[in-house]
Amino acid sequence: MIADFEKIYENRHDYMKAWKEKNPDWKVLGYICSYMPEEILYAANVLPIRMFGAHEPQNVTEPHILGMFCPFCRDVLAQGLLGRYDYCDAIGITHTCKHVNQAYESMVTHKGFTHFFVPTPNKMQAKQALPYYSGILGLFKKQIEEWVGREITDDDLKRGIEIVDTNRRLMREVYETRKAEDPPISGRDSMLMVCASEMYDKVEVNKIIEDVLKNELPGRKAKDDPGIRLMILGSENDDVKFVNMVEEVGASLVIDDHCTGSRYFWNTTEPADDLLTSIADRYLKRPPCPIKDMPNRSRIPHLLGLAREWDVAGVIMIQQKFCDPHELDKVALMDAFEEAGFPTLYLELDVTVPLGPFRIRVEAFLETLGSEDLF
Amino acid sequence: MGKYKTEPLKCWGKAKELRLNVYKGIARARDEGTMIVAGGTESAIALPAGFDMDFLGGEPYGASCTFAGIKDPQWSKGLMEATEAAKFPRDMCAYMRLGIGSLLEDKFVFGGPYPKPTFNLQTHICDTHGKWYQIMSDIEGVPYNVCDYVPFEWETENESEESKALKRTYLKDQMLEVIDWMEGVTGKKYDDEKFINAVNWECESTNLWARCCMENQAIPAPMDEKMMYSLYIIAVLMRQQKAAVDFYKELLDELKDRVKRGIAAFENERYRMIHDSQPPWHNLGIFRYMEEFGAVVIGAHYSFGLSGGWAYDAEQDKYLPAKPPKEAGVTLSTREEACEWYANWLLEYHTVLRSLRFSGRGKHKRIHDIIDNWNIDAVMIHLNRGCEGTAVGQMELRRYLADQGIPALTYEGNLADEREFDLPRTIDKIDTFMETVGLKKISEE
Repeated sequence: MIADFEKIYENRHDYMKAWKEKNPDWKVLGYICSYMPEEILYAANVLPIRMFGAHEPQNVTEPHILGMFCPFCRDVLAQGLLGRYDYCDAIGITHTCKHVNQAYESMVTHKGFTHFFVPTPNKMQAKQALPYYSGILGLFKKQIEEWVGREITDDDLKRGIEIVDTNRRLMREVYETRKAEDPPISGRDSMLMVCASEMYDKVEVNKIIEDVLKNELPGRKAKDDPGIRLMILGSENDDVKFVNMVEEVGASLVIDDHCTGSRYFWNTTEPADDLLTSIADRYLKRPPCPIKDMPNRSRIPHLLGLAREWDVAGVIMIQQKFCDPHELDKVALMDAFEEAGFPTLYLELDVTVPLGPFRIRVEAFLETLGSEDLF
Repeated sequence: MGKYKTEPLKCWGKAKELRLNVYKGIARARDEGTMIVAGGTESAIALPAGFDMDFLGGEPYGASCTFAGIKDPQWSKGLMEATEAAKFPRDMCAYMRLGIGSLLEDKFVFGGPYPKPTFNLQTHICDTHGKWYQIMSDIEGVPYNVCDYVPFEWETENESEESKALKRTYLKDQMLEVIDWMEGVTGKKYDDEKFINAVNWECESTNLWARCCMENQAIPAPMDEKMMYSLYIIAVLMRQQKAAVDFYKELLDELKDRVKRGIAAFENERYRMIHDSQPPWHNLGIFRYMEEFGAVVIGAHYSFGLSGGWAYDAEQDKYLPAKPPKEAGVTLSTREEACEWYANWLLEYHTVLRSLRFSGRGKHKRIHDIIDNWNIDAVMIHLNRGCEGTAVGQMELRRYLADQGIPALTYEGNLADEREFDLPRTIDKIDTFMETVGLKKISEE
């Protein structure tokens, strides 16, 4: 059921604690950035779960991390320091940005987690990135083998790839349905589906998505009147209240580019002789976080393609306040969308969102998008 | 009469001349239409040295704008506002915002219009760097390339040789490709000999700067941090040139002589501090204010490492000047050999760049090393809103120092955006700190 995604999202820690009891032979690794090579972890019977914030005020991170660091990292760190991820057997990050690094360092220092750092390349477009990253994944695999005390075989890796790729294929299939004039699933529920996939056992979530695709989406309308079709993009976003608000004031979010959305699952693993090379290749080719999109701007054609294919009237660009990677792409993307005829609205998110002022801005944006009907 | 003798540095004038000549050269290249390469100065600047070119580095250029802005705000606040008017967020890297503003306003702080480079070449040393010159190239319409930089982990992490080899090969192979790319976009032949010389000189000059910093272990210190800003800049701007090597040889001789004769940078040195992160360039007077208490900042992980090559010696458990090729008994003969050596040098010995990515336990170790070996009493931490690369880990550093019983003074600011600096509040914080550690103004004793 679609409603299950929300249940997992809202009760993530209870789900995980119960899951651990049922699966005593598995370990759990919490990670922050969506570049974590989950295939290798599934292969080792380690459940990777993405660590999220709680969107509630907190008073524990100030002694550890500067206030000008992004709200997402501060919120995640708060959850770690408050002990809400104590059920994790380890934490890990891939290199994405220094804010993530800082949250990770502070958690390792003060919580004493077993920890893994995967130095992902940043210039994903470089031809040298593939041999480098394949090698790094080989070392990561060895570290995980030492930790779990057993070898990860090729069959294990194939199983890991299959679990993660199935999840990606299923979510892509759900996203395809949102091209319909009356999308069968809202932007809010789509986001919750991706978050649930990131924060819980994919084998379980895959069953839910399969059921939703087969039994719930056919013939369904997410809303009686979908209103104005919008794209939403930017940095990490699991702000349910904000997304809800946008869809309540006359819009449907039909496509996104978030690491809690399409960026997480858009492409699957392509077969190669060497499985680690195949996994590395998939991460290098995924729609990139802006920090990894250089020297050429590959995001622009990809995002314009999404906007056109999902037939949107406008784009909401949101980012975590102080998120440098997304700030660095802000002007180029806004200009590209505007030039292509897609008006944009730019908003900054914090741990908690000022819904009232944002509602006014979103309503004003929708009004401008609908202004052609007035004249 | 002070506690120690002091006298001006003899090579001070030469440092100023060398620095100004770099910018004069860029202006001349702009006017004559010869090759200009732009990018971060902490990029692999020996790479384009295979061509006859002038290099325009973004960070020292930003610092120059900030300094010029003290007298004429168009160069600081004015350029910042131009960048913000073009929709760029104001919490991004302050040097970058000055560079973009300068370009948008078409004004060069050293006179005339902003120089348009032949191409931009960056090394992605922090999360901003690779994107910074992507933006500049968007606006300038010139070719752009970037080398990804994934540094070695700090010594505390015990990184395997296999992992280091992967990183070294990754950077080396990118360098080799960038050389081909530069030949392609310029249509000019790359001179391997010039490149190999540049790598040798870069390693030599950064080794010499590290040795100069070692001289500051003496009591009294022959240099203070404020002097070092004008001295390390030579390596920042032109470390790949022989003139930088010659300058640092001269400086090292002079520093040794000062140490031998007990010449101090500050005559009333009695409390030795180090600084963390870049200073607020618009308000360097805070260092003079601290001297009223007899406190002198005599270095920083930043000023030691930005222009210095430092190697960790596991046996002695300390950092020492890294050996350049000749001292290590290595002759670089080919482009490939030079790239391999250069890649390793940057990944292993550039401690500031390493700290931009791994700022936790490794940086604590390096700071502690400086505290122990440079006889440091306290640390002054600039919570720098203008450079997140150096600001990462600062609050954890403060906690670490407190746990070790080392006094730490924190103040908030921005290296280049004066709008985010509160001088009276900073003075209050300094006063409070000095009271805490029992120091009064010398004039009041």
